[in-house]
Amino acid sequence: MALADSGGDVEALPITADEDVVRVRQLVRSRAVAAKLSLIDQTKLVTAASELARNTLVHGGGGRAEVSTVTNGRRNGIRVHFADDGPGIADLDLAMTDGYTSGTGMGLGLSGARRLVDEFDIDTGPGAGTRVTVTKWSR
Amino acid sequence: MDQIPIFTLGEVLLVSIQVDLEDQLAMRLQEDLSERIVATGARAVIIDISALDIVDSFIGRMLSTIASISRVLDAETVVVGMRPAVAITLVELGLSLKGVRTALTVEHGLRMLNGTPSLALGGPREAGYGDGDGYGDADSTGDSPAPDAGSRAALPRPVSD
Repeated sequence: MALADSGGDVEALPITADEDVVRVRQLVRSRAVAAKLSLIDQTKLVTAASELARNTLVHGGGGRAEVSTVTNGRRNGIRVHFADDGPGIADLDLAMTDGYTSGTGMGLGLSGARRLVDEFDIDTGPGAGTRVTVTKWSR
Repeated sequence: MDQIPIFTLGEVLLVSIQVDLEDQLAMRLQEDLSERIVATGARAVIIDISALDIVDSFIGRMLSTIASISRVLDAETVVVGMRPAVAITLVELGLSLKGVRTALTVEHGLRMLNGTPSLALGGPREAGYGDGDGYGDADSTGDSPAPDAGSRAALPRPVSD
């Protein structure tokens, strides 16, 4: 993602336990408030981050999250990057399908998170871990 | 905090979630509530989520599961207090909270429960209760205005320490 400029204010959090998912939510929330996202956009982004952080923990075997404020010149946004060195996703199309579940949720983790953000990138493969980057822009 | 308090209000159990919900805490609430329903013979559970700033798929699943478990244990569940931004996000996420009855406030929730014919709160437990069919259609008819004054004043509030 070369388009947007991250202001060098990246905050990283490990995701190795339940309480880390809560910490990621809280960090994303405070950064979204600071970037003046609307309450609904904050809520959507935090919810997406919660889904993705849980994926990192449960499916990726733990990993980390990086939160940064980005700008494209006109608008501010919050970008959250999740990375793990887990088994990766073999069939991405299937995993992105509504209702697909590995049994721990309602099958809405990835597909639902994608609907809640403005930009969604995923890079994964069998044995290659998973990296997901999402961005929400202020309106 | 490693447990969410459950208040007993006559035949109603009231849970007010005041913390950022960790997954383990959510699982524990599910178990605690099931035990309390059986131990107290409660007919209904009201879960107040007005302090929750998000409901993700995990928390949504917990609410659906609690509703299913309590139905099997002959109690109704009403989720109250959902914030507007949470509702919008839930729908966009794709969660419909199937089987979960909702009301705007605790008072509305109590009124809804009092208006459920098979659930005469305060009356004797009917032997034949448990058709399951009336579930979810309580809102299709106008709720009979409830005798609310009594319950309103008696609501316990979680003690913040």
